[in-house]
This record gives sequence, C-alpha cells and structure tokens, in this order.
Amino acid sequence: MSAHPQLRRRAEAAASRFPPLLARAETLANTVLLGEHGRQRSGLGDDFWQYRPVQAGDSYRMIDWRKSAKTGAQYVRQKEWQIAQSITLWVDNAASMSYHSQKDIVPKSDRAQLLALAVAILMIRAGERVGLAGTTLPPRRGDGQIWRLSQALLETEETRDYGAPEARAMLPNTRALFISDFFGHFEDVEQALYKAADRGVRGVILQVLDPAEEAFPFSGRAIFESMKAQISHETRKANELQEAYLQRLQDRKAALQKLARITGWQYTCHLTDAPVQSALLWLYNAMERGR
Amino acid sequence: MFGLPLAFATPWLLTALIGLPVLWWLLRAVPPAPIRRRFPGVVLLLGLKDDESVMDRTPWWLLLLRLVLVASVIIALAGPLLNPAAQARSDRPLLVLMDGGWASAATWRQQSEVLEARLKEADRNGQTAAVLQITAPELLAFQPASVWAERIEEFAPRSWRPSALQVAASLDLLADQSFDTLWVSDGLDYEGRAALLEALSSAGSVQVLQAAEPVVALTDMQLEDGAITVTARASVDLQAALDLQVVGKDPQGIERVLSQGRLTFDGESDASLSFSLPAEQRARVTRVQIEGVSSAGAMYLTDDSLKRREVALIQSNSAREGLELLSPMHYLKQALIETTDVIEGALPEVIPANPDVIVLADVATIAPAEKAELLEWVKGGGLLLRFAGPQMAGSDLSRLEEDPLMPVRLRAGGRSVGGAMSWGDPKTLAPFDPDSPFAGLVIPDDLRVTAQVVAQPDPNLADRVLAELSDGTPLVTRKAVDQGQVVLFHVTANAEWSDVPLSGLFVQMLDRLAVLSSRAEDETAVMQGTIWQPIQVITGQGRLVDGRVLSGARGQDLISAALGPDLQPGLYQNGSEQYARNAAAKDEDLTPYRWPASVPVVGFEKPSTVDLKWIFLVAALCLLAVDTLASLVLSGRLRGFGVTAVIAMALAIPQPSDAQTAQTDVSPITLTDEVALAYVLTGDASIDEVSYAGLYGLSDVLYLRTSVEPVNPIGVDIERDELAFFPFLYWPMTANQAMPSSAAIKKLNDYLRSGGMILFDTRDADVALGGRSSPAGRRLQEIASRLIIPALEPVPSDHVLTRTFYLLQDFPGRYASRDIWVEAAPPDAELVEGMPFRNLNDGVTPVVIGGNNWAAAWATDTVGVHLFPVGRGVTGERQRELAYRFGVNLIMHVLTGNYKSDQVHVPALLDRLGQ
Repeated sequence: MSAHPQLRRRAEAAASRFPPLLARAETLANTVLLGEHGRQRSGLGDDFWQYRPVQAGDSYRMIDWRKSAKTGAQYVRQKEWQIAQSITLWVDNAASMSYHSQKDIVPKSDRAQLLALAVAILMIRAGERVGLAGTTLPPRRGDGQIWRLSQALLETEETRDYGAPEARAMLPNTRALFISDFFGHFEDVEQALYKAADRGVRGVILQVLDPAEEAFPFSGRAIFESMKAQISHETRKANELQEAYLQRLQDRKAALQKLARITGWQYTCHLTDAPVQSALLWLYNAMERGR
Repeated sequence: MFGLPLAFATPWLLTALIGLPVLWWLLRAVPPAPIRRRFPGVVLLLGLKDDESVMDRTPWWLLLLRLVLVASVIIALAGPLLNPAAQARSDRPLLVLMDGGWASAATWRQQSEVLEARLKEADRNGQTAAVLQITAPELLAFQPASVWAERIEEFAPRSWRPSALQVAASLDLLADQSFDTLWVSDGLDYEGRAALLEALSSAGSVQVLQAAEPVVALTDMQLEDGAITVTARASVDLQAALDLQVVGKDPQGIERVLSQGRLTFDGESDASLSFSLPAEQRARVTRVQIEGVSSAGAMYLTDDSLKRREVALIQSNSAREGLELLSPMHYLKQALIETTDVIEGALPEVIPANPDVIVLADVATIAPAEKAELLEWVKGGGLLLRFAGPQMAGSDLSRLEEDPLMPVRLRAGGRSVGGAMSWGDPKTLAPFDPDSPFAGLVIPDDLRVTAQVVAQPDPNLADRVLAELSDGTPLVTRKAVDQGQVVLFHVTANAEWSDVPLSGLFVQMLDRLAVLSSRAEDETAVMQGTIWQPIQVITGQGRLVDGRVLSGARGQDLISAALGPDLQPGLYQNGSEQYARNAAAKDEDLTPYRWPASVPVVGFEKPSTVDLKWIFLVAALCLLAVDTLASLVLSGRLRGFGVTAVIAMALAIPQPSDAQTAQTDVSPITLTDEVALAYVLTGDASIDEVSYAGLYGLSDVLYLRTSVEPVNPIGVDIERDELAFFPFLYWPMTANQAMPSSAAIKKLNDYLRSGGMILFDTRDADVALGGRSSPAGRRLQEIASRLIIPALEPVPSDHVLTRTFYLLQDFPGRYASRDIWVEAAPPDAELVEGMPFRNLNDGVTPVVIGGNNWAAAWATDTVGVHLFPVGRGVTGERQRELAYRFGVNLIMHVLTGNYKSDQVHVPALLDRLGQ
C-alpha cells in the first residue's frame, strides 16, 4: 500500500505531458538559428583572444613564456572572456494563467511555458545557465537542466488567483525573463523589478494575454469572476464596461512599459492567438540585446 | 363581441387576462438572470460602476412581447370563434337524417362538409347527436356530436333511393323520441316522405338541408337505327348542357371514352342525345355516363342489347362449286359481315354455338334430328331466317301442312312473273304496312321481283305477312315460335329471283329483323324463373365494383322490383346473357318535393364559423420563439457558435422530405453513363428495402462474374421518375399496391414498347402453387390489364433466357416455382431437326412474370452477407446460386437481347451441352 496512491498515476500523467511540451519547445527553438556570439572581450575563458605586451601590474605568472621567448619582448596571453551568463526564468503559474476564452485558443499558461522552455533550450544550447526564479531550481547548464526545467514549469499552482514575480535569490548581474499576464498587484511587480534592477539584473517582461482579455467582447447582465472565484464583479450591462476596461488595460500596459524603461528591462505583450514563433524570435533577440 | 363577429367557447377563461398587469409588474421587477463568467481581467473591472440602472430591467418591447404571448395563450384556450352561428340553443339531441340515395351523391362531399361543421357546432352547444341514413337504416345511437363529426366521412350514398320499406323502418326507429332534426334531403319526392316529416315535426324542430342543384339521371338508352339514344331526366325543367361520355373497351381491352357528346336540356326536364357509332365500336360500349357527376344515376350500363349478334349461315349444299356472285350466301355475307359475327358450317356444328340468328338459304330438307334441335333452338329465342329458292320451290316442304320451321304453307312450284315465258310484268314491292317492322323503309323504284314461292292463303296468313308485292302476294312472312321466330323471304338470297339482295333495302330489312331483340318481345316472361348473378354493381357515387360476392337476383325482380340492398343496380349475368339494371328506371319519378312553408330549407352553404384557437396558439408559439431569441441576444448568450447554431436551426427547418426521392440522388448524366438496376417503389418500405438489397446483391454478382458493372440500384417512382434510363425494372407486387395513374401507365407502356423489361415478382410462389391466384397476383392482373403486354407462355425450354450466360432450365428465387411466364414465341416457330432450339430471332420479352421472390434470394447487405435464408443446407445454397445465375441471365438478356439466340452459337452450345 502506498501512502500516496495517486502519486504514481499523477506522476505518469504529468510525465506524459513532458515530451509534447519539450518536443514542441525544441521544435520551436530550432526555428531560431544560433550564430557564434563571441564576447569580443578578454576575460576568463578557454579560447585564445590576443597577446599583449606586459603592462605594469601584471604578475609574472601571467606572462606567456613561449611567445615571449620567440620574440624577446614579454607578452601576456589573453583568453576571450567567456563567462557563462545565468538566466532566471519566472513563469507565472497562478490560476489566472489557465484562462482561455475559446476552445481553439490555448491557455495563457501553456503559451507561457512553451515560450519559457523554448528560450531556455536556446540559451542552454548557447552555453548559458538557466534556472528558475526562487530557490527551487538554481541556474545550471546542460541538457539535464532542460528536463528539470520542463518538469518544474509544469508544476502549476492552483491556489492563487494571480501570481507575483519572484525576485528572491537572484544572482547579481544576471538576466531574467518574467512571463505573466501581470494582472496581479502592480506593486508586487514594481517591487520585484526594482529589487532585480538593484542587483544589476536586466531582463524581459513578457505579458501574455488572451484575445478576450484584450477585446472584452461581453454584453448583457453578467457576473465576472476570477478563476478561483476569489474576486467577482457584477454588471448589468457588460458592453457598457468595455471602454473603461480597455482604458484600464491600456494603463496597465503603459505602467509596465514605463517600469521596464526605468529598470532597463524590455517589455512586450503577446496574445495567445498570435503566432508563437514571432514571440520567440522577439524574446530571443531581446535576451541577446539585454546582455 | 367588440362589434366583431367573435365569440368564445369558454368565455370565463378570459378573466385570466386580468392577471396580465401583475405579470407586467413581475417581469419588470425581476431582471434577467446574470451569466457567470470566469474572466481573469476582472481585476481591471473592480470599482467600475454601471451607468444608470435603466437597463437592468427587461426592455419594454420584450415585456410587451411576453404579455402578448400570454394573452394569446389565454385567448386561444378560451376558444375564439369567428362568425359564430347564431342558433337557438336546444337541449334536445340532434338527429341528422340523410336521404342517402344516389340522388344525393352528386353533392355528397359538400353535404359531408356541412354536416361535419354542423355536428361540431352541436358539440360546442353540448348536444348529443345521432345519424340515420334512410337508405340504410340502423338503430339510433345518440353519442356526443364530435364522435359523429369524425365518423360522418364513413357514410356513403347508396345506389338506390329510399323505398317505402326503408321509410317504414326509419319511422319505427324514430318513434317515441324527442330530438331536433337536420334533414339532408335530395329534394325528390318519394313515398312516405310526408309521413316521415310529420313524425319528425312531432319529435322536435326540423330543418332541411338541400342542394340547390337539380338531380339529373340517365334513364334510358335505346338502340335505334344503329344509333344509341341516351335519355336523361332532370328533377326540374332545365336550361343546361351536360357532357356525356360513351365508355367502352378498346381493342386492347382497356376501358376508354369511345365517344363524347353534349346533352342539352332545352327548358324541359327530359333530353336525349344520339351517338352514331360504327357497329363494331357500338358492340364494345359498356356504359354511358355524365362527365363530372359522380352518382349512380349519372351512369347507364349497357348489356346484351348492344352486343354483336352471331349469325349462322347455312346453305343447301356447300359442295357446289360455282361463281361467287351466284352463291346465295354472297349477298347475305356482304350484308351481315359489317355488323355481326358470321358463323358458317353445317347445322349440327352451328346449333351448339347458340347463335342469335340462323340463316337457311334455299334449304328444303333438314335431317329430323337436326330439325328437332333447330326447333328447340328457335323455341329458346332463336331467329330462323329462311330464303326460298329452286330447291324449296321444288320440294314438298310445308306443302300440305305447315312446317313448324316455316311461317306459311307454300303452293307447289312457286311462280314466275315477268319472265319470257310468263304473263305480266315483274312485280315491285308494295309499301310497307305501318305495323310491319320494315315500316318507314324507302323502297327503291327499280326493285323487281321475277320469281317467288307463293304462300297458301291460310286464315292466319295476313297476320304473318311483313312485306308483300304490289299484287298483294307475300314477300316476307314471319311466325312466332314460342320465344323465337321464323322468317321467310319468298325469294332467293341471291339475285336470281329478284333485285332485292342487290339493293340497300335488303341490308336495312335484315337490320330491322336482326335488331329485333328477343327480350323486347316479352321481357317478363323470358326472365321468369331465372336467377341472375351480379357481376358488377354501381355504388351510390357511380363507381363500378365487383358484385360477385352478392347473392343472385330473380329475373322478374330484376325487371320490376325496387332497388335496395338486396337488388343493387349493376350488371347481372345468367349463362352467356347479361342484363343491366340501372339506378334510374326508364320512368323514374324525379318530381321535386315541395316542403311545407313551416319547414326551413337551407342550401349547402358551409357555416362560416372559423375556429381561431389554433391561429392564436401558433401565434403564441411564434412569439415564444422570438422571445427566446431576443432573450438570448439581450443576455449576451448568443455569441459565436450560438449565432451559427441559430442560423443552422433556421435553415434546418424541416423540409418536406420524401423518402422516395431515390432517383433524384443520381443525376441523369450518371444514369446515361452507367448501368443501374432499378426497382419500382411499392410504397411499402420493407419491400423496397428488400428490392434494394436484392438488386445490390445481384449487382455485386454481375460485377464479379460478368463485364456488366452496375452502379448501386435505384428505386423508381413510376408516377414521377423517368424510366428511360433503366434497361430493367424489378417490380415486386403487393396486394395493396396503388393503381398507377393513367400517365404512369402510358409511361410504362412506352417503356415496354421501347425495349425495357419489367420483372414482375408476386413473391408468393410458396403459397400460390399451381396457378392458384393470390392477392398480389390479382393485383398484378389488375395492373397488367392496363399495360400492353403481349401473349405470354411459360418459359419454354429453348427460350434464350436459358442460355444468355449460364445454361439454365430452372429459375428459382427464394421459392422454386416453375411458373415463370415470358412473351410467347411466334406460333410459326419450328424446331429444325438437329438443332437444340427454335429459331426465335426476334425481340426481348418485355415482361417476365413469376412469384419466386428473387430479390430476397439475391439480397445481401453491403458486405455481402445474405439477408434471407434460401432452402436448407447445401441444396439451399445451390438454389441461391441458381437464383443468381437466373439474375445474371436475365440482365444479360436485357442487355444483349437475343444475341444468344443467334444460330451462330449453335456449335459452341452443342459442344457445351455435350452433344
């Protein structure tokens, strides 16, 4: 008798979802061609960068004796700076992300996980270290990390209606990718971004929205509820609210944009009925730019 | 109500309308239920206020819609009636009394409609009702009027008028009861009507419903001078014209209108019209009817009186060879051949054929036995026509005493006038006596008689002379012998003794004599003691139905007794004779009855009361649908797929679909491109399915085994579909198969004529063994009697069907009867020595008729599983295989014609047959 009779079944059910997500993410990642992106700076690395004359302050240990012996002058052999970047992902897994307005539109969480994992794959292939925000999965490199990432991403949390960015335990001067609908408390987002910016973390905010959230195509008497029914709002004529709603959404987007500008992050909004490749391409470029 | 001719069946229900304002208030107070929507964006909505709360309530127009809806339902339940009949309420039950004879038949439909309306009205007034038809009185049953309103369709007019007996029976039934009477009258007087009216008036109020149109009946039809004269009588003096149709069988035996004419009443109650028809056509006339009037009185059946008469010609010695023009028979034949059926032969052969007339030309001696037979025949009503001649003149026939077969005694030797060796001039004919049957015939001036046999001046001679010469000697004499008669022409039947046979007068005289019907003499006496079996009887509405199930009628009753359930008008038969008793007698009394002024008489105007209940209910239903849609729209539930669903629903409003639109699935282009086996839709879905499955199985077998690759079988509606695309039709017969319309019959005949084949399958070979008829078989006979189908014979062993693909001798289906019929081979086909079959290179049989239920043997589902068992075990499988082979042979026969009948194949076939 197992103490958790459901565990194995749930694990299998969960496992059965891995390959599709992973496969899709890899397929998606393959659509982005990776070039060599040398850092073009001397630093700690394995590849030869240049010889330079010894300058004052260089220790003797730094002199490349072979080159110096050939030429008579003393040279220092510099290697290209190859520090591996750490990338921290935060994918909102709150209940609001599981919303989809129509059957043929994927839930926001699905799109978010897909994009996050695809970016992770691209980054890991480029030799970066990728981890999740918080303490659960610190940045690591290697294919094993992809597996662990996908596993961790699928652990959806269903208790909260809206997620707040996780800015704890972020390594300084790393990069970050926050994916959410950012419908939660804006102060949480602000706080997290300021905290990250304080540590020199740059990154990307990706707001994933459903088309219905963007357009608000409702009318009639309705009670709107959050996914966990913790918040509700009753209206007698929903179509009258549309204008106000759209204005507020616009405000929220503008606030995010502004926040991003202040902290040096980049922001975009992605709708779940838009092609996923374009979003990934934008994300990848944004991540590259932020370096 | 409200100045409108509107009333309500249950007006108190209208008080429910008071509740409408309450409903208005309720509906306004309760806003429509909200929808719960999961929506993460709700955080952005927090704190937003709705505008003014006007829209929280149901919009006024929707409210109004709903109020109208409820009001419609309330009004509908209250039973609104437009133009209600303002009738004095009566608490007595209602008696509907119908004359119910053929005189009401012409307006029977209107009468039923009016009665239905009146009974419904009585039902609304809470009256019970009973219906009594005087022509078929039954016990009164007072039931709720609605019951009778539904049953009123079951009543049909009878083909007789109320008789005194029936009136008396009705009076008995009505005695000692209290009721109001609605008397549906035909307007004619009959015995006992006054008494009936008196009885009804004492029982309650009486109202009379009576058609405005006069009653018209065909009362007589006579054959006069070769023309059929039809007499019609109307109940009042008329100024009108009616179309008459003379109906008879055409040479194919199909009934059709032979002649049409317009009968004009010229301000009188009687009118007649003559139809001049060729004698040959006249003999085929079966009835005369007034077009468009469905009443037994508007139909007049004919009987033997119009039939062609059979005339036997017998001459003295047939062995004599001579010139044709000198033959005594030549002129007779010329005169008779047009209008009669001529039999020639010796007396012993002729008498058993029982001809109507026997002509003896110059026959003096008759063998005693034959003479006795001949006398017997004459006594039974035969007409013996004798001509004189040299032999008669030279014999002792009827010399000393009168021969029973001679009308007069003859003097010896005869006489010759106006010849070279005689005194005087040739004699001419004296004008005919007005009493003579020849009265009125014009005697040509140049008619000469040069020789004759001379009658002895017996006392009774004067009575027997029909025509005489200018000098007073008899030329034609006649004697009655019991029911028959003997007529003697005192001259020869050829031109030797006189010019009479050369003249047109001869034909006219013969016509007058031959036309004289034996029955016209003394009808009652002839009919006395005979029993006549009805063959066809006329229904009240003027349709002919089989009367063989009815009991026979006595001859004297047939002539004079009143018509009734035991003696229905129709065609009766006794032996080979037929007698028609028609609904309207020759002296039918069609006097209108004058109602007393106290009795209200109204016509057949249908009361214009319209029940508006359903209109209101349907309106309420439509409003409900509109309300539902409007509510959906307002509550925002009608989005996305919702809209499409509603549109789809609107589009999918059930179209009048017909399960039998089988052919329309397949375009004519495909049909001309492909071979399709077709079956006739019988209207019975289970049989049609078997037909389809059967032809499907056969198509599969054809596909596998032959180069015929049929597409899926097609059901054909012979009324509507074009048949030209199908080489082959399978027609399963059912006992209740609808009779094809005449258009369909024409189509089928065209189809058969242009090379199509129909396989008729009565599907009853298991029960209809040995030619015993079955219901399906009888139906087939009825249908086939109207199709042009050639003579048939059982499949001969050398029929091309036996070798078109497989060599077969049996054609089993699910049953293995051998009664399969195909077109008969031409009679001159002969079997040549050494050949296995006759040389029959002509045509494809248009029909194959059998009862082996082939479709069931062939039937498979789409994966080839047989649907019906055939026989038992291996034998059964063999039988099924043979059934398939028959099918293959049949289709090959249809598609290749008589190809395998060609003698070219003989060697190969001989080889295969192992000879």
